[in-house]
Amino acid sequence: MVSVKLWGSLRDLADGQETVEVEASNFKELLDALAAKYPALKPQIDRGVSLAVDGLVYRNSWFTEIKPDSEVVLMPYMKGG
Amino acid sequence: MNFQSNTKANFKVVGTRVPRPDGVDKVTGRALYGADFNVPGMQVGLILRSPHAHATINSIDTSKATALPGVKAVVTSADLGVPEDESLRDVQDNCLARGKVLYDGHAVAAVAAKDMATAKAALKLIKVDYTPLPHVTDVDAAMKLDAPVVQEARADESVPEGCGPNVTHYCEFGHGDLESGFGMADLILERSFTTAATHQGYIEPHACVASYGTDDKADLWCTTQGQYFVRDLCSGILGIEGSQLRVTASEIGGGFGGKTTVFIEPVALALSRKAGRPVKIVMSRVDVFRATGPTVSSSMDVRIGMTKDGRITAAEAKLRYQGGAFPCGTVDMGAQAAFAAYDLKAVRTQGWNALTNRPKEAAYRAPGAPMAIYAVESVVDELCQQLDLDPLDVRILNAADAGTKSSYGPTFDQIGLMATLEAAKEHDHYHAPLGENQGRGLSCGFWFNFGGNTSVSLAINSDGTVSVTEGNPDIGGSRASISMMAAEELGVAYEKVRTIITDTSSLGQNDVTDGSRVTFAVGLATIKAARAAIRVMCGRVAKIWGIDEDAVVWEDGAAKPSGPNAGDFEPMTLADIAAISSETGGPIAGHHEVNAEGAGVSFGVHLADVEVDPETGATKVLRYTVFQDAGKAVHPDYVEGQMQGGAAQGIGWALNEEYIYGDDGRLQNAGFLDYRIPVASDLPNIDTVILEIPNPGHPYGVRGVGETPIVPPLAALSNAVSRAIGVRLHELPMSPPKILKAVMAKG
Repeated sequence: MVSVKLWGSLRDLADGQETVEVEASNFKELLDALAAKYPALKPQIDRGVSLAVDGLVYRNSWFTEIKPDSEVVLMPYMKGG
Repeated sequence: MNFQSNTKANFKVVGTRVPRPDGVDKVTGRALYGADFNVPGMQVGLILRSPHAHATINSIDTSKATALPGVKAVVTSADLGVPEDESLRDVQDNCLARGKVLYDGHAVAAVAAKDMATAKAALKLIKVDYTPLPHVTDVDAAMKLDAPVVQEARADESVPEGCGPNVTHYCEFGHGDLESGFGMADLILERSFTTAATHQGYIEPHACVASYGTDDKADLWCTTQGQYFVRDLCSGILGIEGSQLRVTASEIGGGFGGKTTVFIEPVALALSRKAGRPVKIVMSRVDVFRATGPTVSSSMDVRIGMTKDGRITAAEAKLRYQGGAFPCGTVDMGAQAAFAAYDLKAVRTQGWNALTNRPKEAAYRAPGAPMAIYAVESVVDELCQQLDLDPLDVRILNAADAGTKSSYGPTFDQIGLMATLEAAKEHDHYHAPLGENQGRGLSCGFWFNFGGNTSVSLAINSDGTVSVTEGNPDIGGSRASISMMAAEELGVAYEKVRTIITDTSSLGQNDVTDGSRVTFAVGLATIKAARAAIRVMCGRVAKIWGIDEDAVVWEDGAAKPSGPNAGDFEPMTLADIAAISSETGGPIAGHHEVNAEGAGVSFGVHLADVEVDPETGATKVLRYTVFQDAGKAVHPDYVEGQMQGGAAQGIGWALNEEYIYGDDGRLQNAGFLDYRIPVASDLPNIDTVILEIPNPGHPYGVRGVGETPIVPPLAALSNAVSRAIGVRLHELPMSPPKILKAVMAKG
């Protein structure tokens, strides 16, 4: 299981939890598991999210490996100028 | 040989100040910008824009315009479909209004005619029947429950119950027990701030030429930060396949985020499709101001608690952004960036986005971050003043570092904030004396940086030169830095390499030139493309020598035996190998495609000295120094240029720039005479100090540098002015009348 920290405004969409646990070994599995377990998160996931894994931020990298002890933080999709 | 090395430290080309490859073209006028492109049979395209801030379009009668001799086509939103994708629909509706006009300057219809006079005459013949609606342009007013509704039902699922109808998005970040943290503070300050919308202010207005064939194949030439994104948006809007639309980016006269979307390009294509002729559209400066993306404006509350010795015990911010008439998520970025420079046990940021009757926001360097960090850094500075603490010491005491749990969630790896703060403290600028009516301000800045989709092709030419083909418009010197990294990796002279930016049909997908990504991501792909070419060259040489490939290494631009056991062979240079490539297997090339990750965050610290004229309220910037971590500065001139350019734009944002709307909801200052950006005589030489803390995610340690420098100037200037006049200011821009009012109120 991987612990995923959600940003605060997603808490109400995940049964009031700020940290949730899902079974996943990479970015794609994690998003699929989150959307399956907490369907209210799916619209945000579909609009786009980033994922910080052990401090590095990834956008749309499905096969990014996630270890069970990785620090995983869901973040809004990064955009720049 | 080892092709995976991420530890390069000794450079021969990278880090030098080679001549810029676009210099001669740009100073002689040979460089072709968007408006310089012409094709035979080209028609002039012009766009009719709304005179209302908000109105229902009852009807558009184009019959007289269409009948005017010399007019080849007239289009409205009726000539386009309605995309299923909501964000694409918003882009399209911003290019040509559908049903309602949502801001002053919103495009309504367009004509293509044989010449400018005919096009202007045709625009006057288009009759639009409007019913004006109540409007709102201020973010706080827009958030009220009874505000005029800009668009119905655009809130996403994040918006809590009880918000006004224009609120489209809500976000929240942070950790820890705020009230417990505030309970440990000796002083708590809570302040409210506003910042005005500002424009990216690029010199070159938007321009494009569209040529749509009767076989549904189309070409588009335009000034843009991302030709692939333009292709994706335009093909979606026009309903054609991406492969049938080739987009070529011109030389670009500045973008700063404002050219990361489309405004006129789908309109030109629609006109060309209808006219059967190529169509050129060039925006006027007035139209650029009225109808292309400025940044968000903001209204913010910040509360911070601090102990007597300068430790921040708790911090929170509430950010209210408006991004114009369409939903935008820029407040997410501001809310994450606001406290990124601090190691905090208790922190929370909340953000709301509201619709207003203003142009659709477009990205502007570190979108969302400058205003949030302005508010935070202003309160930190005031706390330092009231507690009689050195503001730089307080930043150092509270600075985020490796191992800090960031305010937006992840734990930081190696970051350069502490190094920049310490460099600022050691610099003589921080210790120089100040005179009467003068003040010094400082601010930290932060930006995330990212990588993204990147495709690079590198060809070894038979004469021993190298051609690099990439797909990101060069807005900050990337052709030089890409050539330098190719030369470094291949071991050839910089002058042997030429990098060109190609069209969408010639190379795989490349994300937009944004997010400070190009030197990082395209550089990374170039290095790996060069390594792929080296692998081919080593293989060819191994065959010539009759030894294993593993027994050949690449050093100083040549293939060599890996050691005495590999045999005794004279090294073969890149030129030697290239000259016989036809005989050894054909052309030699390397390419690399990647969705690059590992960009690494960026921090900077700015110091500003100002003098305020108490009689006029005018501010003169006396001295300015930028300290920033560049990871590895590939071409220091360009890195310094980014740092200076960001500072100059931020100084303008702080002192003068603002979108001013009248009571009628119309923009009052759509031109550079009334929207005042800094000119050379307004600014001192901006000094720069480049720190190099290598980014472990890049083979040469490179970090993006383009966006962070615009973040700190807002607070650095506000802190300097506030200290100079002895009154704390909470509103940007700090134009002379506002400063004078504050000085007079002080008495």
